[in-house]
Amino acid sequence: MSGSSSIVTMKKVVQQLRFEANINRVKVSQAAAELQQFCIQNAVQDPLLTGVSSSTNPFRTQKVCSFL
Amino acid sequence: MGEMEQMKKEAEGLKTQIEAARKAVNDTDMASAAAGVAPAPRVQLKTRRTLKGHLAKIYAMHWCTDNRLMVSASQDGKLLIWDSHSGNKVNAVPLKSSWVMTCAYAPSGNLVASGGLDNMCTVYNLKTPVIKTVKELDAHAGYLSCCRFLSDNEILTASGDTTCALWDLETGKQTTVFLSHVGDCMCLALSPDNNSFISGACDSLAKLWDIRDGQCKQTFLGHTSDINAISFLPSGNAVVTGSDDCTCKMYDLRADQEVICYQDAALNSGVTSLALSMSGRLVFAGYDDFNCNIWDSLKGEKVGVLSGHDNRVSCTGVPADGMCVCTGSWDSFLKIWN
Repeated sequence: MSGSSSIVTMKKVVQQLRFEANINRVKVSQAAAELQQFCIQNAVQDPLLTGVSSSTNPFRTQKVCSFL
Repeated sequence: MGEMEQMKKEAEGLKTQIEAARKAVNDTDMASAAAGVAPAPRVQLKTRRTLKGHLAKIYAMHWCTDNRLMVSASQDGKLLIWDSHSGNKVNAVPLKSSWVMTCAYAPSGNLVASGGLDNMCTVYNLKTPVIKTVKELDAHAGYLSCCRFLSDNEILTASGDTTCALWDLETGKQTTVFLSHVGDCMCLALSPDNNSFISGACDSLAKLWDIRDGQCKQTFLGHTSDINAISFLPSGNAVVTGSDDCTCKMYDLRADQEVICYQDAALNSGVTSLALSMSGRLVFAGYDDFNCNIWDSLKGEKVGVLSGHDNRVSCTGVPADGMCVCTGSWDSFLKIWN
Protein backbone atom coordinates (compact mmCIF):
# COMPACT_ATOMS: atom_id res chain seq x y z
CA MET A 1 0.00 0.00 0.00
CA SER A 2 1.37 3.42 -0.86
CA GLY A 3 0.65 4.62 2.70
CA SER A 4 2.92 2.08 4.40
CA SER A 5 5.72 2.35 1.80
CA SER A 6 6.01 6.08 2.34
CA ILE A 7 6.26 5.40 6.09
CA VAL A 8 9.07 2.94 5.38
CA THR A 9 10.79 5.55 3.22
CA MET A 10 10.37 8.20 5.90
CA LYS A 11 11.81 5.84 8.54
CA LYS A 12 14.92 5.41 6.37
CA VAL A 13 15.23 9.19 5.93
CA VAL A 14 15.05 9.67 9.72
CA GLN A 15 17.56 6.83 10.31
CA GLN A 16 19.98 8.39 7.85
CA LEU A 17 19.64 11.84 9.42
CA ARG A 18 20.25 10.37 12.90
CA PHE A 19 23.44 8.75 11.60
CA GLU A 20 24.64 11.96 9.97
CA ALA A 21 23.79 14.09 13.00
CA ASN A 22 26.08 11.97 15.18
CA ILE A 23 29.38 12.43 13.36
CA ASN A 24 32.26 14.42 14.83
CA ARG A 25 33.06 17.65 13.07
CA VAL A 26 36.43 19.34 12.96
CA LYS A 27 36.78 23.14 12.94
CA VAL A 28 37.00 24.57 9.43
CA SER A 29 40.15 26.48 10.43
CA GLN A 30 41.90 23.24 11.29
CA ALA A 31 40.65 21.45 8.17
CA ALA A 32 41.70 24.41 6.02
CA ALA A 33 45.18 24.52 7.59
CA GLU A 34 45.75 20.83 6.85
CA LEU A 35 44.48 21.19 3.28
CA GLN A 36 46.83 24.11 2.73
CA GLN A 37 49.74 22.15 4.16
CA PHE A 38 49.02 19.24 1.83
CA CYS A 39 48.84 21.47 -1.26
CA ILE A 40 51.98 23.39 -0.38
CA GLN A 41 54.01 20.30 0.51
CA ASN A 42 53.07 18.65 -2.79
CA ALA A 43 53.38 21.78 -4.91
CA VAL A 44 57.00 21.08 -5.93
CA GLN A 45 55.97 17.75 -7.42
CA ASP A 46 52.96 19.14 -9.28
CA PRO A 47 54.01 19.51 -12.95
CA LEU A 48 51.00 21.61 -13.92
CA LEU A 49 51.84 24.09 -11.15
CA THR A 50 55.60 24.25 -11.58
CA GLY A 51 55.67 23.89 -15.33
CA VAL A 52 57.19 21.08 -17.37
CA SER A 53 60.58 21.64 -19.03
CA SER A 54 60.57 20.67 -22.68
CA SER A 55 63.40 18.19 -22.11
CA THR A 56 61.26 16.14 -19.70
CA ASN A 57 57.89 16.77 -21.33
CA PRO A 58 56.55 13.58 -22.95
CA PHE A 59 54.04 15.75 -24.80
CA ARG A 60 56.50 18.28 -26.18
CA THR A 61 55.77 19.26 -29.76
CA GLN A 62 57.48 16.72 -31.96
CA LYS A 63 60.15 18.54 -33.94
CA VAL A 64 60.95 17.47 -37.45
CA CYS A 65 64.62 16.76 -38.18
CA SER A 66 65.92 18.36 -41.32
CA PHE A 67 69.15 17.74 -43.13
CA LEU A 68 71.23 20.84 -43.68
CA MET B 1 0.12 12.84 16.25
CA GLY B 2 0.23 10.24 13.47
CA GLU B 3 3.44 8.24 12.92
CA MET B 4 4.16 10.07 9.66
CA GLU B 5 3.74 13.47 11.28
CA GLN B 6 6.01 12.46 14.15
CA MET B 7 8.74 11.29 11.79
CA LYS B 8 8.52 14.45 9.69
CA LYS B 9 8.96 16.49 12.86
CA GLU B 10 11.95 14.39 13.91
CA ALA B 11 13.50 14.76 10.45
CA GLU B 12 13.15 18.55 10.55
CA GLY B 13 14.63 18.60 14.05
CA LEU B 14 17.62 16.52 12.93
CA LYS B 15 18.24 18.77 9.90
CA THR B 16 18.25 21.81 12.19
CA GLN B 17 20.61 19.98 14.56
CA ILE B 18 23.02 19.17 11.71
CA GLU B 19 22.94 22.74 10.45
CA ALA B 20 23.73 24.02 13.94
CA ALA B 21 26.59 21.55 14.38
CA ARG B 22 28.09 22.67 11.07
CA LYS B 23 27.74 26.33 12.03
CA ALA B 24 29.42 25.64 15.37
CA VAL B 25 32.67 24.58 13.63
CA ASN B 26 32.44 27.21 10.92
CA ASP B 27 35.04 29.54 12.42
CA THR B 28 36.44 30.62 9.05
CA ASP B 29 36.31 29.86 5.31
CA MET B 30 39.07 28.55 3.06
CA ALA B 31 39.74 31.81 1.23
CA SER B 32 40.25 33.76 4.48
CA ALA B 33 42.34 30.95 5.96
CA ALA B 34 44.50 31.01 2.82
CA ALA B 35 45.13 34.75 2.95
CA GLY B 36 48.76 34.15 3.92
CA VAL B 37 49.39 31.56 1.21
CA ALA B 38 51.34 32.69 -1.84
CA PRO B 39 49.00 32.91 -4.84
CA ALA B 40 49.20 30.16 -7.44
CA PRO B 41 51.12 31.28 -10.52
CA ARG B 42 49.19 32.39 -13.59
CA VAL B 43 48.72 29.07 -15.41
CA GLN B 44 49.24 29.20 -19.15
CA LEU B 45 49.07 25.81 -20.72
CA LYS B 46 49.57 24.97 -24.37
CA THR B 47 47.76 22.39 -26.44
CA ARG B 48 50.35 19.65 -27.00
CA ARG B 49 48.11 17.16 -28.79
CA THR B 50 44.77 17.35 -30.56
CA LEU B 51 43.41 13.84 -30.85
CA LYS B 52 41.21 13.49 -33.90
CA GLY B 53 39.26 10.37 -34.68
CA HIS B 54 35.81 10.48 -33.17
CA LEU B 55 33.00 11.38 -35.55
CA ALA B 56 30.53 12.74 -33.03
CA LYS B 57 30.32 14.34 -29.57
CA ILE B 58 32.74 13.00 -26.97
CA TYR B 59 31.01 12.33 -23.66
CA ALA B 60 33.72 10.85 -21.47
CA MET B 61 37.41 10.07 -21.12
CA HIS B 62 39.54 8.30 -18.53
CA TRP B 63 43.31 7.93 -18.11
CA CYS B 64 45.00 4.57 -17.66
CA THR B 65 47.23 4.31 -14.57
CA ASP B 66 50.27 4.07 -16.89
CA ASN B 67 49.89 7.83 -17.53
CA ARG B 68 50.09 7.21 -21.25
CA LEU B 69 47.01 5.38 -22.55
CA MET B 70 43.52 6.78 -22.25
CA VAL B 71 40.02 5.75 -23.29
CA SER B 72 37.40 8.08 -24.76
CA ALA B 73 33.72 7.50 -25.51
CA SER B 74 31.69 9.15 -28.23
CA GLN B 75 28.15 8.94 -29.48
CA ASP B 76 29.62 7.84 -32.80
CA GLY B 77 29.29 4.45 -31.06
CA LYS B 78 32.97 3.86 -30.33
CA LEU B 79 35.43 3.70 -27.49
CA LEU B 80 38.88 4.74 -28.67
CA ILE B 81 42.07 3.85 -26.81
CA TRP B 82 44.77 6.45 -27.44
CA ASP B 83 48.51 6.55 -26.88
CA SER B 84 48.66 10.14 -25.69
CA HIS B 85 52.42 10.44 -26.25
CA SER B 86 52.29 9.63 -29.96
CA GLY B 87 48.69 10.71 -30.47
CA ASN B 88 47.97 7.38 -32.17
CA LYS B 89 44.86 5.28 -31.76
CA VAL B 90 45.78 1.94 -30.23
CA ASN B 91 42.34 0.31 -30.23
CA ALA B 92 38.76 0.91 -31.26
CA VAL B 93 35.89 -0.80 -29.47
CA PRO B 94 32.56 -0.74 -31.33
CA LEU B 95 29.63 -0.30 -28.94
CA LYS B 96 26.31 -2.13 -29.19
CA SER B 97 24.57 1.07 -28.14
CA SER B 98 25.92 4.39 -29.39
CA TRP B 99 24.22 6.36 -26.58
CA VAL B 100 27.27 6.20 -24.37
CA MET B 101 27.67 8.54 -21.38
CA THR B 102 30.68 7.17 -19.52
CA CYS B 103 33.84 5.11 -19.86
CA ALA B 104 36.52 3.86 -17.49
CA TYR B 105 39.95 2.20 -17.57
CA ALA B 106 40.71 -0.51 -15.00
CA PRO B 107 43.79 0.22 -12.83
CA SER B 108 45.45 -2.91 -14.30
CA GLY B 109 45.04 -1.63 -17.85
CA ASN B 110 43.43 -4.94 -18.83
CA LEU B 111 39.80 -3.83 -18.99
CA VAL B 112 37.69 -0.87 -20.04
CA ALA B 113 34.00 -0.27 -19.40
CA SER B 114 31.28 1.90 -20.89
CA GLY B 115 27.59 2.56 -20.49
CA GLY B 116 24.81 5.03 -21.16
CA LEU B 117 21.17 5.07 -22.21
CA ASP B 118 21.20 1.28 -22.55
CA ASN B 119 21.12 1.22 -18.70
CA MET B 120 24.01 -1.26 -18.77
CA CYS B 121 27.68 -1.23 -17.94
CA THR B 122 29.61 -3.29 -20.50
CA VAL B 123 33.12 -4.47 -19.63
CA TYR B 124 35.68 -5.28 -22.36
CA ASN B 125 38.98 -7.15 -22.17
CA LEU B 126 41.65 -5.30 -24.14
CA LYS B 127 44.28 -8.02 -23.73
CA THR B 128 42.65 -10.89 -25.60
CA PRO B 129 43.84 -11.22 -29.26
CA VAL B 130 40.51 -9.73 -30.31
CA ILE B 131 38.80 -7.34 -27.85
CA LYS B 132 36.05 -9.29 -26.11
CA THR B 133 33.00 -8.28 -24.13
CA VAL B 134 33.63 -9.76 -20.68
CA LYS B 135 30.35 -8.85 -18.97
CA GLU B 136 27.17 -6.91 -19.49
CA LEU B 137 26.08 -5.56 -16.09
CA ASP B 138 22.35 -5.21 -16.42
CA ALA B 139 20.30 -4.32 -13.36
CA HIS B 140 19.98 -0.55 -13.27
CA ALA B 141 16.56 0.85 -14.08
CA GLY B 142 18.01 4.03 -15.53
CA TYR B 143 20.90 5.30 -17.65
CA LEU B 144 24.49 4.70 -16.65
CA SER B 145 26.09 8.09 -15.99
CA CYS B 146 29.44 7.02 -14.52
CA CYS B 147 31.51 3.93 -13.75
CA ARG B 148 34.86 3.32 -12.05
CA PHE B 149 36.84 0.09 -11.58
CA LEU B 150 38.13 -0.79 -8.13
CA SER B 151 40.06 -3.73 -9.63
CA ASP B 152 39.62 -6.30 -12.40
CA ASN B 153 36.98 -7.88 -10.17
CA GLU B 154 34.86 -4.98 -8.99
CA ILE B 155 33.30 -1.90 -10.55
CA LEU B 156 31.19 0.96 -9.16
CA THR B 157 28.38 2.47 -11.21
CA ALA B 158 26.17 5.56 -10.89
CA SER B 159 22.75 5.61 -12.55
CA GLY B 160 19.82 7.77 -13.56
CA ASP B 161 17.71 5.38 -11.45
CA THR B 162 19.07 7.37 -8.40
CA THR B 163 21.22 4.49 -7.15
CA CYS B 164 24.90 3.62 -7.26
CA ALA B 165 26.03 0.01 -7.20
CA LEU B 166 29.10 -2.13 -6.58
CA TRP B 167 29.32 -5.13 -8.95
CA ASP B 168 31.21 -8.40 -8.83
CA LEU B 169 32.67 -8.90 -12.30
CA GLU B 170 32.86 -12.66 -11.97
CA THR B 171 29.17 -13.15 -11.25
CA GLY B 172 27.97 -10.03 -13.05
CA LYS B 173 25.74 -9.25 -10.08
CA GLN B 174 25.39 -6.27 -7.77
CA THR B 175 27.15 -6.85 -4.42
CA THR B 176 25.89 -3.64 -2.84
CA VAL B 177 23.33 -1.03 -3.84
CA PHE B 178 23.76 2.48 -2.49
CA LEU B 179 20.37 4.07 -1.83
CA SER B 180 19.74 7.58 -0.62
CA HIS B 181 19.78 10.05 -3.51
CA VAL B 182 16.39 11.27 -4.70
CA GLY B 183 17.59 12.43 -8.09
CA ASP B 184 19.53 10.88 -11.00
CA CYS B 185 23.10 10.06 -9.95
CA MET B 186 25.38 11.84 -12.40
CA CYS B 187 28.94 11.19 -11.23
CA LEU B 188 31.09 9.32 -8.76
CA ALA B 189 34.70 9.37 -7.56
CA LEU B 190 36.74 6.85 -5.57
CA SER B 191 38.63 7.94 -2.46
CA PRO B 192 42.43 7.59 -2.70
CA ASP B 193 42.31 4.70 -0.17
CA ASN B 194 39.50 2.91 -2.10
CA ASN B 195 37.42 2.50 1.08
CA SER B 196 34.79 5.07 0.18
CA PHE B 197 33.40 6.94 -2.77
CA ILE B 198 31.49 10.15 -3.34
CA SER B 199 28.49 10.61 -5.63
CA GLY B 200 26.81 13.71 -7.11
CA ALA B 201 23.21 13.79 -8.27
CA CYS B 202 20.37 15.82 -9.76
CA ASP B 203 19.02 16.31 -6.24
CA SER B 204 21.94 18.81 -5.94
CA LEU B 205 23.51 16.73 -3.14
CA ALA B 206 26.89 15.06 -2.88
CA LYS B 207 27.03 11.92 -0.71
CA LEU B 208 29.96 10.05 0.82
CA TRP B 209 29.55 6.26 0.99
CA ASP B 210 31.35 3.38 2.71
CA ILE B 211 32.03 0.95 -0.17
CA ARG B 212 31.88 -2.20 1.97
CA ASP B 213 28.80 -1.68 4.14
CA GLY B 214 26.79 0.49 1.77
CA GLN B 215 26.22 3.17 4.39
CA CYS B 216 25.81 6.79 3.33
CA LYS B 217 28.16 8.47 5.80
CA GLN B 218 27.74 12.15 4.95
CA THR B 219 25.54 14.38 2.79
CA PHE B 220 26.74 17.72 1.44
CA LEU B 221 24.36 20.55 0.66
CA GLY B 222 24.89 23.87 -1.09
CA HIS B 223 24.45 23.42 -4.81
CA THR B 224 21.20 24.61 -6.31
CA SER B 225 21.18 22.36 -9.35
CA ASP B 226 22.44 19.02 -10.74
CA ILE B 227 25.95 18.02 -9.70
CA ASN B 228 27.61 16.81 -12.92
CA ALA B 229 31.18 16.29 -11.80
CA ILE B 230 32.95 15.25 -8.63
CA SER B 231 36.49 14.49 -7.52
CA PHE B 232 38.46 13.77 -4.36
CA LEU B 233 41.38 15.94 -3.41
CA PRO B 234 44.52 13.77 -3.43
CA SER B 235 44.67 14.16 0.36
CA GLY B 236 41.39 12.26 0.63
CA ASN B 237 39.93 14.79 3.09
CA ALA B 238 38.01 16.99 0.70
CA VAL B 239 35.97 16.74 -2.47
CA VAL B 240 35.29 19.18 -5.29
CA THR B 241 31.97 19.25 -7.16
CA GLY B 242 30.84 20.95 -10.38
CA SER B 243 27.21 21.81 -11.05
CA ASP B 244 24.63 23.13 -13.51
CA ASP B 245 24.34 26.08 -11.09
CA CYS B 246 27.60 27.32 -12.75
CA THR B 247 29.73 26.90 -9.63
CA CYS B 248 32.23 24.43 -8.27
CA LYS B 249 32.45 23.86 -4.55
CA MET B 250 34.90 22.23 -2.20
CA TYR B 251 33.50 20.28 0.72
CA ASP B 252 35.76 19.25 3.58
CA LEU B 253 34.86 15.77 4.85
CA ARG B 254 36.03 16.35 8.40
CA ALA B 255 34.30 19.72 8.83
CA ASP B 256 31.29 18.18 7.07
CA GLN B 257 30.53 21.29 5.00
CA GLU B 258 31.24 23.53 2.05
CA VAL B 259 34.48 25.46 2.63
CA ILE B 260 34.83 27.41 -0.61
CA CYS B 261 32.88 28.17 -3.77
CA TYR B 262 34.49 28.72 -7.18
CA GLN B 263 32.28 31.18 -9.00
CA ASP B 264 32.35 34.28 -11.13
CA ALA B 265 29.49 36.64 -11.92
CA ALA B 266 30.53 36.54 -15.56
CA LEU B 267 30.16 32.77 -15.72
CA ASN B 268 26.68 31.59 -16.50
CA SER B 269 27.34 28.19 -18.01
CA GLY B 270 26.99 24.92 -16.19
CA VAL B 271 30.02 22.90 -15.13
CA THR B 272 30.19 19.59 -16.98
CA SER B 273 33.42 18.05 -15.72
CA LEU B 274 36.38 18.61 -13.45
CA ALA B 275 39.83 17.30 -12.59
CA LEU B 276 42.42 18.26 -10.00
CA SER B 277 46.15 18.71 -10.39
CA MET B 278 48.42 16.36 -8.42
CA SER B 279 48.85 18.61 -5.39
CA GLY B 280 45.16 19.51 -5.39
CA ARG B 281 46.04 23.20 -5.82
CA LEU B 282 44.51 23.56 -9.30
CA VAL B 283 40.94 22.71 -10.29
CA PHE B 284 40.35 22.26 -14.03
CA ALA B 285 36.62 22.72 -14.65
CA GLY B 286 34.97 22.20 -18.03
CA TYR B 287 31.96 24.38 -18.84
CA ASP B 288 29.09 24.49 -21.33
CA ASP B 289 30.60 27.72 -22.74
CA PHE B 290 33.36 25.73 -24.52
CA ASN B 291 36.07 26.67 -22.00
CA CYS B 292 37.90 24.95 -19.21
CA ASN B 293 38.58 27.36 -16.35
CA ILE B 294 41.47 26.83 -13.95
CA TRP B 295 40.85 27.70 -10.29
CA ASP B 296 43.24 28.11 -7.35
CA SER B 297 41.58 25.61 -4.99
CA LEU B 298 42.76 27.37 -1.83
CA LYS B 299 42.06 31.00 -2.71
CA GLY B 300 39.07 30.55 -5.01
CA GLU B 301 40.54 32.72 -7.77
CA LYS B 302 40.54 31.95 -11.47
CA VAL B 303 44.18 31.53 -12.54
CA GLY B 304 43.86 30.46 -16.14
CA VAL B 305 41.66 29.21 -18.92
CA LEU B 306 41.99 26.52 -21.59
CA SER B 307 40.34 27.80 -24.76
CA GLY B 308 40.40 25.92 -27.97
CA HIS B 309 37.35 23.74 -28.23
CA ASP B 310 34.53 24.68 -30.58
CA ASN B 311 31.83 23.19 -28.47
CA ARG B 312 31.02 22.23 -24.87
CA VAL B 313 33.88 20.69 -22.85
CA SER B 314 32.26 17.44 -21.69
CA CYS B 315 35.10 15.71 -19.87
CA THR B 316 38.46 16.45 -18.26
CA GLY B 317 41.11 14.24 -16.74
CA VAL B 318 44.56 14.51 -15.19
CA PRO B 319 46.71 11.34 -15.22
CA ALA B 320 48.14 9.98 -11.97
CA ASP B 321 51.57 11.53 -12.56
CA GLY B 322 49.96 14.95 -13.04
CA MET B 323 51.93 15.66 -16.22
CA CYS B 324 49.09 17.13 -18.24
CA VAL B 325 45.36 17.72 -18.41
CA CYS B 326 43.13 16.24 -21.11
CA THR B 327 39.88 17.88 -22.23
CA GLY B 328 37.25 16.19 -24.39
CA SER B 329 34.50 18.02 -26.19
CA TRP B 330 31.28 17.86 -28.14
CA ASP B 331 33.44 19.17 -31.03
CA SER B 332 34.68 15.52 -31.29
CA PHE B 333 38.27 16.31 -30.31
CA LEU B 334 40.40 15.61 -27.27
CA LYS B 335 43.17 18.02 -26.37
CA ILE B 336 46.18 17.44 -24.15
CA TRP B 337 47.59 20.49 -22.38
CA ASN B 338 50.61 21.25 -20.24
